[in-house]
Amino acid sequence: MYDVVIIGCGVVGAATAYRLARYRLRTLVLEANNDVANATTKANSAILHAGYDPEPGTKMAALNVEGNRMALDICRKLDVPVRQTGSMVLAFAPEQLPHLQMLYDRGVANGVPGLELLSGDAARALEPNLSEKVCGALLAPSAAVVDPWGLALAMIEVAVQNGVELRRSAPVTGIRPKEGGGFVLATPKGEVETRFVINAAGVDADRVHRLLEPIPWQTRPNRGEYYLLDKSEGGRVSRVIFQCPGPEGKGVLVAPTVHGNLIVGPNAEPVTDRRDLGNTAAGLAFVKARAVQSVPSIRFGENIRNFSGIRANTDQSDFIIQWSENHPGFLDLAGIKSPGLTSAPAIGKLAADMLGEAGLPLTQKPDFIDERHVVRFRHASPAEKAALIAKDPRYGRVICRCETITEGEILDAIHSPVGATTVNGVKRRCNAGMGRCQGGFCGPRVQAILARELGVSPTEILMDQAGSWVLYGETKQSVTEEVSPHD
Amino acid sequence: MTDYQLIVIGGGPAGLAAACKAWQQGLRRVLILERDCELGGILNQCIHNGFGLHRFGEELTGPEYAGRYIAMLAETGVEVRLDTMVLQILPGRDGAPHEIHAVNGKQGYQVLTTGAVVLAMGCRERTRGAISIPGERPSGIFTAGAAQRFLNIEGYMVGRRVVILGSGDIGLIMARRMTLEGAKVLACVELMPYSGGLTRNIVQCLEDYNIPQYLSHTITDIRGHDRVEQVVVSRVDDQRRPVPGTEMVFDCDTVLLSVGLLPENELSRGAGVEIDPRTRGPVVAENRETSIPGIFACGNVLHVHDLVDFVSAESERAGAAAAAYVMAGESSPAPAGTEPGEPIPVCAGEGISYTVPQHLSPAVRTAGAELFFRVRRVTGPAAIVVQDGAGNRVARFARSHLAPGEMEHITLPAALLARAIAPLTLRMEEANP
Repeated sequence: MYDVVIIGCGVVGAATAYRLARYRLRTLVLEANNDVANATTKANSAILHAGYDPEPGTKMAALNVEGNRMALDICRKLDVPVRQTGSMVLAFAPEQLPHLQMLYDRGVANGVPGLELLSGDAARALEPNLSEKVCGALLAPSAAVVDPWGLALAMIEVAVQNGVELRRSAPVTGIRPKEGGGFVLATPKGEVETRFVINAAGVDADRVHRLLEPIPWQTRPNRGEYYLLDKSEGGRVSRVIFQCPGPEGKGVLVAPTVHGNLIVGPNAEPVTDRRDLGNTAAGLAFVKARAVQSVPSIRFGENIRNFSGIRANTDQSDFIIQWSENHPGFLDLAGIKSPGLTSAPAIGKLAADMLGEAGLPLTQKPDFIDERHVVRFRHASPAEKAALIAKDPRYGRVICRCETITEGEILDAIHSPVGATTVNGVKRRCNAGMGRCQGGFCGPRVQAILARELGVSPTEILMDQAGSWVLYGETKQSVTEEVSPHD
Repeated sequence: MTDYQLIVIGGGPAGLAAACKAWQQGLRRVLILERDCELGGILNQCIHNGFGLHRFGEELTGPEYAGRYIAMLAETGVEVRLDTMVLQILPGRDGAPHEIHAVNGKQGYQVLTTGAVVLAMGCRERTRGAISIPGERPSGIFTAGAAQRFLNIEGYMVGRRVVILGSGDIGLIMARRMTLEGAKVLACVELMPYSGGLTRNIVQCLEDYNIPQYLSHTITDIRGHDRVEQVVVSRVDDQRRPVPGTEMVFDCDTVLLSVGLLPENELSRGAGVEIDPRTRGPVVAENRETSIPGIFACGNVLHVHDLVDFVSAESERAGAAAAAYVMAGESSPAPAGTEPGEPIPVCAGEGISYTVPQHLSPAVRTAGAELFFRVRRVTGPAAIVVQDGAGNRVARFARSHLAPGEMEHITLPAALLARAIAPLTLRMEEANP
């Protein structure tokens, strides 16, 4: 019998697990996918928003501003790449200036620090590549760029180190209330009993909740498409550059990533298939056309990857953070759309507080480990690099040449408390394959290292989620058009 | 004294040839830094034949061609460090030694000083992102070279039903290779109205195996959540825009991309070497010296070649020049660069996409020069005209056929260059435009 089962290990589930890990509780996290942070958490704008966007008085407003502070603190404590770049919202015409004023007022009401309204020239003085058409901007110094899956990974790793259990490839297929309180959750690997359930299943939170009871809200999955450009374009802007919404809809952003690339996007398109992470020619064309309104000089020829993410939007305007009315003990953390990444640490804390109010004793562990260190060879000084290699020669073997990622770091990723088992799992943990060749050179080597470390054949190693086979067998084994070992 | 007279970055065909030549010219402290576990570079995975006709007068496989140079290298005292990644080149200014920062597991973090550097890092493949192919992102999408490595080095099949995008030579070679291993190659799809590869590869790798080639077509959608399940191929108009209504759906599990190669010049850029935006390689003189004295470049890091034979020839030129540079510097207190006098720029005019070298030293007025270039479009009978800065025609070279997929070169004898006025411009004249 667990005290708490968290369903879903995106950034919200991970933040909740990290929060609960400091208490004497039996906590289990069930993740449907074969890796954590592998849905909305891995495909978004990677920004810690300042908090001037949400309407004052909403959960989003309070959690955003608190989450921004908490996330920055967690990143520093748990060695997650983050950079407080600040952000700007641009106005391109005088009629948009009142919108900036409105955002400024909201920000002040929400408690966002350091907001400033700038003229077009003042904005261009800070960001010389902005369009000549920019006639005003709202500057928010507290916004930051972050490694979003890195943040989720760090929190779940530390949670696991502190005794939280994590099961991957463990979708919840049934939920029934127990007599006298608590729940029984069905998974393909057996049933799990728990006193409390936290539904952090992201875009599938509605489906999870419906396993228990009908719900009054609807998920409205919404897809956003992005460009990720090479580091040669990473200095095009130094802050996150937003746009005022215009007649063509909500604007797209241009921002440096914490890894030094340039991210451009997203559009917003309602979709019916929640797993359709495709890009469309029309969507990408829209993003490109809008982005150059802010920064005309972006060289899209330097694009290294397009991707899209599904926002967990609902028909509710605010986050859905509430107990089930009929089944006390079942807590929804649902509809966590933007600014969900920023808010996640505050949502985790709120969830823990709500459990406490509901009668779960929250007793602090005296030996709670609240730190984490990651070797990043490329960022080490020459002396530190020499010391790393002296300690373990595998830090001297560069596997990913574009990002300068060593075998030692790949081994760290595979053997970490929530270790990588897939090629993209390695990529998310240590950046191997994230660079300009997109794994063309290091992919086969990462595949071989994974196979060796996990003690399986390279043909068993997946690119990412279940079904994403890379190899169809050895040569000379009659892997013909008709026959494959994966059929 | 510096640690080495010459450090060659990269032990593929370019680096091997440059190092061998530098040794033959008299250098005795030469080091090759190679990031892979063996010498030979990408040739090791090119197990097909067709290499060496120009250089050795016979047809070799890629590993055999590399083997010839590795054997030559073994006759020299050139040192090699394998599994070694160069992190940084710090150029020495005004004749001071250059500094190379590199790592490997054995020697750890190394800071090496050298009189000269040859950049021979080769190139990488353009990826899906570079051309923004719409659709989902399942597994089963490989650059042709990555698939070739899996197949020929690691010994694994990457798929069974294959569509190839782009008609670069590696893609064409892989069409045949996958077919021979039992896969079905459904189509080779090329955006342009002509193939990007060598004619012999079109014939030997597609036509001989009845693999249909779709010119003026591109992939407009990739389907499959987990593994590739389908691709949609559409015809494009003369602006290369997909034409609605022309979609063809292929059921396949694999997409191979052969959509171009990019010289890999991150180290060069980091060192401050001037890069030509057209070749994406360093700007060089006829001796393959870059904008930084004592730093030379050759092979695919300089511009993408079709034939390794020409890589070898170019690299021997760079190796010899690096040796001359080092020895001139050692024999006189002042560092020797190219000969004094104003360089002669070489411009790519009408119909020419780039030239290598991009400028010539005055020495060519007595030694002559060889120019390499690519044309912008496919033509029938045409001429390459070289014009000087005063509008005088310096030379004219007739060609029966020209194509962007085939690198061209011309030799300008000293007599023609003796009085030519800078700059020189190459342009294409079509017989029947």
